[in-house]
Amino acid sequence: MSVDKTTVAKIARLARIAVPDERQGPLADELNAILDWIAELDEVKTDHVEPLASVTGHALPMRDDVVNDGGCVDDVLANAPESASGFFVVPKVVE
Amino acid sequence: MTNLVQGRTGEWEVVIGLEVHAQVSSQAKLFSGASASFGAGPNEHVSLVDAAMPGMLPVINRECVYQAIRTGLGLKAKINLVSIFDRKNYFYADLPQGYQISQFKDPIVGEGMLRIVLADGTTRDIGIERLHLEQDAGKSMHDQHPSKSYIDLNRTGVALMEIVSRPDMRSSAEAAAYVRKLRSILRYLGTCDGNMEEGSLRADVNVSVRRPGAPFGTRTETKNLNSLRFIQMAIDYEVARQIEILEDGGSIDQETRLFDTNTGTTRTMRSKEDAHDYRYFPDPDLLPLMVSQDEVDKLAAALPELPDQIRDRLIDDYGLSPYDAAVITEERATALYYEAASAGQDRKLVANWMTVELFGALNKGGKSLGQSPVTPENLAALVGLISDGTISGRIAKDVFADMFETGKAPDVIVAEKGLKQVSDSGAIETLIDDVMNANADKVAEYRGGKDKLFGFFVGQVMKASGGQANPGMVNDILRQKLDG
Amino acid sequence: MSDLLSLSAVEARAALDNKDISAVELTTAYLAAADETASLNNYVARTADQALTMAAESDKRIADGTAGLLEGVPIGVKDLFCTKGVASTACSRILDGFVPRYESTVTANLWAAGGVMLGKLNCDEFAMGSANETSAFGAAINPWQGPDKLDLVPGGSSGGSASAVAARSALMATGTDTGGSIRQPAAFCGVVGLKPTYGRCSRWGIVAFASSLDQAGPFTRTVADNALMMTAMASHDPKDSTSSAVPLQDLAAAVTAGVKGMKIGVPKEYVMDGMDSEVTALWQQGQAWLQAAGAELVEVSLPHTKYALPAYYIIAPAEASSNLARYDGVRYGSRVEADSLDGMYEATRAAGFGDEVQRRIMIGTYVLSAGYYDAYYLKAQKVRRLIKNDFDSVFETVDALITPATPTAAFPVGRKIDDPVTNFLNDVFTVPANLAGLPGMSVPAGLTKDGLPLGLQIVGKAFDEASLYRVGGVIEAAANFTTTPARMAGGAS
Repeated sequence: MSVDKTTVAKIARLARIAVPDERQGPLADELNAILDWIAELDEVKTDHVEPLASVTGHALPMRDDVVNDGGCVDDVLANAPESASGFFVVPKVVE
Repeated sequence: MTNLVQGRTGEWEVVIGLEVHAQVSSQAKLFSGASASFGAGPNEHVSLVDAAMPGMLPVINRECVYQAIRTGLGLKAKINLVSIFDRKNYFYADLPQGYQISQFKDPIVGEGMLRIVLADGTTRDIGIERLHLEQDAGKSMHDQHPSKSYIDLNRTGVALMEIVSRPDMRSSAEAAAYVRKLRSILRYLGTCDGNMEEGSLRADVNVSVRRPGAPFGTRTETKNLNSLRFIQMAIDYEVARQIEILEDGGSIDQETRLFDTNTGTTRTMRSKEDAHDYRYFPDPDLLPLMVSQDEVDKLAAALPELPDQIRDRLIDDYGLSPYDAAVITEERATALYYEAASAGQDRKLVANWMTVELFGALNKGGKSLGQSPVTPENLAALVGLISDGTISGRIAKDVFADMFETGKAPDVIVAEKGLKQVSDSGAIETLIDDVMNANADKVAEYRGGKDKLFGFFVGQVMKASGGQANPGMVNDILRQKLDG
Repeated sequence: MSDLLSLSAVEARAALDNKDISAVELTTAYLAAADETASLNNYVARTADQALTMAAESDKRIADGTAGLLEGVPIGVKDLFCTKGVASTACSRILDGFVPRYESTVTANLWAAGGVMLGKLNCDEFAMGSANETSAFGAAINPWQGPDKLDLVPGGSSGGSASAVAARSALMATGTDTGGSIRQPAAFCGVVGLKPTYGRCSRWGIVAFASSLDQAGPFTRTVADNALMMTAMASHDPKDSTSSAVPLQDLAAAVTAGVKGMKIGVPKEYVMDGMDSEVTALWQQGQAWLQAAGAELVEVSLPHTKYALPAYYIIAPAEASSNLARYDGVRYGSRVEADSLDGMYEATRAAGFGDEVQRRIMIGTYVLSAGYYDAYYLKAQKVRRLIKNDFDSVFETVDALITPATPTAAFPVGRKIDDPVTNFLNDVFTVPANLAGLPGMSVPAGLTKDGLPLGLQIVGKAFDEASLYRVGGVIEAAANFTTTPARMAGGAS
């Protein structure tokens, strides 16, 4: 499995990172170097192995259904690049 | 009953599956302590977790988990004691984390079933594929500014249950019946308020058509429908559109579509779908969600009686028609009202009064049952007055109108207006004699064989009594006198 | 002044309680030290006013007899920790100007224990790197130098933290470790670094890199100081679902408890091609010290060791690609304006993320994408299971493992590496503990012939940090590591 320029463009689009045309080729090479090395894992037999997502043994802790947060519009908007009337503001979204 | 749709080139079968998003009734959000309620100013119900500030982490709300389990139990579904939260990754302005926490491979609730009742009283079982918990997104507003969108994150992180049906429905009417029934169950359970206008309940409809007996056709998904009418309109439009395309020799694109409430049509969604590859993976900020069988059993034991159970009881024990039983049990409040109003009374008569007079008056007055001026106790009393012959059914209608107007008890109205039914045979005989004397010619005609005039005499007697004469006694005595 | 700087935290605490020194004096000395060593670029923000205010409060509490565990101890904070009212950027342009309105649980714990905040420390951008060269603030420099006097990297990602503690511009520092980001820089800078068991320290308020691997931990000059700081940082935090409630052991007591009767495993797979012979020699020396102190050394096998690094370079970027999606120019940080929302996202993220971060986001996005998930991500998680199983099985027979911390000593800043994979190899000995969630400690144990520090790593059972402090204490005593770096504040030179 190796990535080409088209794949790089597709991944960049999914990741919302603008990658100029001239960077796509070199980036494909860099990614392929990593992917080739990662392919070492193919040697490992994992047919009946359960994937491990978390090393934590305990169950998911749950909290009570109590409203004890929110009501802090100032904190929420304090760092916003653009806000107005309590809203975050972004370039117009076309649906 | 067949649901086939006639096209130009033959018959088509419609196949519908629904994904319903139901907002979980809870105080706080699924993974944060901010309020889940509607109606606050922009970004007021937002915590730093909801705004996805750097380093913020989710902690799950137990009540939301329990609500999902209760709903699963109400759908007779398998409760999965271990379930996993995954991240569904995509960028959108109202999705601050850049992913939605959802359940993909291992949902909290597995297969279940929901029974719908159709207009003709027949039932159909619709398979439930799964129910999972997920976060709602925020709101983008596009009309505040010519070149900007405004983002409000109040809805961000509110708990939703996504309830996915099997493609078991065959008409838009069945789809509507499914949503109505699902909403009913959710309300009985108190797990979702079912308020479609506020968006607490929304449906994505998957529609395809096929020739009878053929494999499934390609389906489209129309998103975010927030009324029963829109669901039916969107399905009907999609069915017609797909049949036309197929009959013209075309093919259906598997795609997501939007419903335009102004035109009643659906259209392809342009944005967001360019390359939707959600890259699901287990959320590493959360651990597997584990509940014990003991917890599930306790929740099951505390569930209220559900509409199907009540409906069966109304039909089997009270002798109600399946239709009346379905109408009365659709809402828990209605069923509770009925139980209160019919206790110790003629159950069928109460059902009749509720579904015809009471619902009619409420509809006309634009009122909900909760706002009814007629209490269940007063409706019971009214039916009691009919049953014991104190007033006639005819008079009862007037009394009911008065009750609805004033909220007074029926016996008070009957006493105030002197509406008590006349059941004194002497008084009735006098009335009949007067009518017969005044209409000697008609009496002669009747006795000459014109049987149809009997009704005329009844009417005259009732009129003379001001409607208060006991109609049964009027009938009996009149017949004796005329025939005698 | 240099006397103040030479005190360990434990010594400083005693001197403060005895009123031999004041917290304000100590803090003033450290602020001056940070000025003196500013060329090391290990601080990205200094909070002198706040430090002096906190120190004055510490002096009051000492006078009142209500001193906390870290009362008056000057501490530097890796810029990955969100600190209330102080810019917190993860050393990324994309968080330019971000000032949190909240304090991370770990730093809040430190301040609650009386710690004094000196400022924010340099690190690799979003903790992605092993040399502190990916920082938007430029490379941090290692205070140690070889005979050629070249600037050396302090390691990474917590390079500023290791550099500051080694250069005596902080008495302690926080770090985070996702694949070795505490232990590797600690080794490169000749200080003690601990990555605790996953779940020991709350991740709340720490900018996330890879959530299933990230752990905060302490940097200190001595093992005893490390135990002190760790005791203050760790807590069970209901705001972090992965935080553990397992009680912390008495770590201070463990430092001097010795290793008599302990079984220490020596994993045979940790012998690697291209490893410095000096590293091998030091590893053997470490084993000899432990044996001499009464431990039993046992050769053990962790057969899947060589697969840890490739598995890590799937799992960590995958999680990172998702964790870093929130940096989108909408709610905080920098934004590059564009006509459309997607245009704004793409321009903001292209300008805001550096090359290494972009590369890892791209890899992570790729390995999770449709058609590749099973081959990469799922496979890596399965290998992760096998790696954890390896550890579980050796820990049935041994109490701890001893390994080298890094395959080499610190290397020069700007070393040109064309192949990104070569950089990853820095983490070859440290990554397995992250994948298995186990605690690991790096202790300075010797010098190369060029006079650069080398560390030994101790890996323990989950939630058994005490064993690491026992072994670390013995190695520290045996190594008698007293050499100080060339570019140290209050300088030897």
